[in-house]
Amino acid sequence: MMSNVIAFEFPPINELLRWKDVWAAGSLNKVGLIAVASALIGIFVFMSAANKNPKVAPTGTRNLAEVAVEFIEDNIIMQTMGRDGLGWTPFLLTLFVFIYLCNLPGIIPLLQMPATARMAIPMFLAVLVWVIFNFSGIKHQGFFTYFKNVLFPPGVPKALYILVTPIEFISTLIVRPFSMAVRLFANMLAGHLLLVIFALLSEALLQARDKILIPVGILPLFMLLFLTAFEVLVGFLQAYIFTILAAVYIAGATHPEH
Amino acid sequence: MEALARIAKVAAAAGASAADAKNNAAAGSAGFAYGLAAIGPGIGIGLIFGSAIESMARQPESAGMVRTTMFLGIAFTEALALIGFVVFILLKYA
Repeated sequence: MMSNVIAFEFPPINELLRWKDVWAAGSLNKVGLIAVASALIGIFVFMSAANKNPKVAPTGTRNLAEVAVEFIEDNIIMQTMGRDGLGWTPFLLTLFVFIYLCNLPGIIPLLQMPATARMAIPMFLAVLVWVIFNFSGIKHQGFFTYFKNVLFPPGVPKALYILVTPIEFISTLIVRPFSMAVRLFANMLAGHLLLVIFALLSEALLQARDKILIPVGILPLFMLLFLTAFEVLVGFLQAYIFTILAAVYIAGATHPEH
Repeated sequence: MEALARIAKVAAAAGASAADAKNNAAAGSAGFAYGLAAIGPGIGIGLIFGSAIESMARQPESAGMVRTTMFLGIAFTEALALIGFVVFILLKYA
């Protein structure tokens, strides 16, 4: 069944997002394959970079890996966690590279599907970050001190705790993973749908039966080009924001404000 | 509710089923849901960007820190618009 938007046939959303299993029922589909491929590509690049001679000038994959590590250290960790947080570089680097490589297929021709546009991957990553920041908070401060600092922030008048404690509970322990997952998922899904809409619109106009409509089809085509370039930026920015939020949450849990 | 009943009546007169009328009402309200959800975050992101540019112009040496904080602020503000987008999808397709 087609849903009809002003005489323009838009396919049902499952046709855009739900892919058939590749081999048999229950095996990987396109989204799963993209996720596995991006994990393997990330592992391959950093393993081959690690095996190169560190004493000569970096080339190829080592160059790429050094740029990525420096980006994580200078732009994410030093800005949010300070010098103490440098031990978190491997985790945050893995998170950033995996999310970026999952976002990128959204604009690669023939693939055209960001793996993060399905809820499973963002949700899993958000739950992972939630477990890690809570666990590191408990490890650094102790169970009771950590939850005391989260639920009863110091420096608040005692009577206000009736108001502050439920808000802090909801915002720290419930809304944080939810908003992280929804932010990544909805950004990539919105980008994917925008590309689909403008691609279908330019196709419909360029093949229109009315000859007068054909030149108008140039407009959505330009918009499609612009949005593809924009999605390059969005894919990078969402990976960056997810990583920086993870860093901020971990920093907040390990070093409470006094 | 009254509007929905009226839409259903008009649709019945036009020979469409009640399910079609419900779908059309859902599509209309989905558009409103997203439009309304985008107003506040739009203003908010504009304010954040404006003050970030201002402070970067005043103190170019603090640009790196301001940029990081700006992205954080945008991420928090944008979440509301994105939840609106998810509601849009749910209303339209779920």
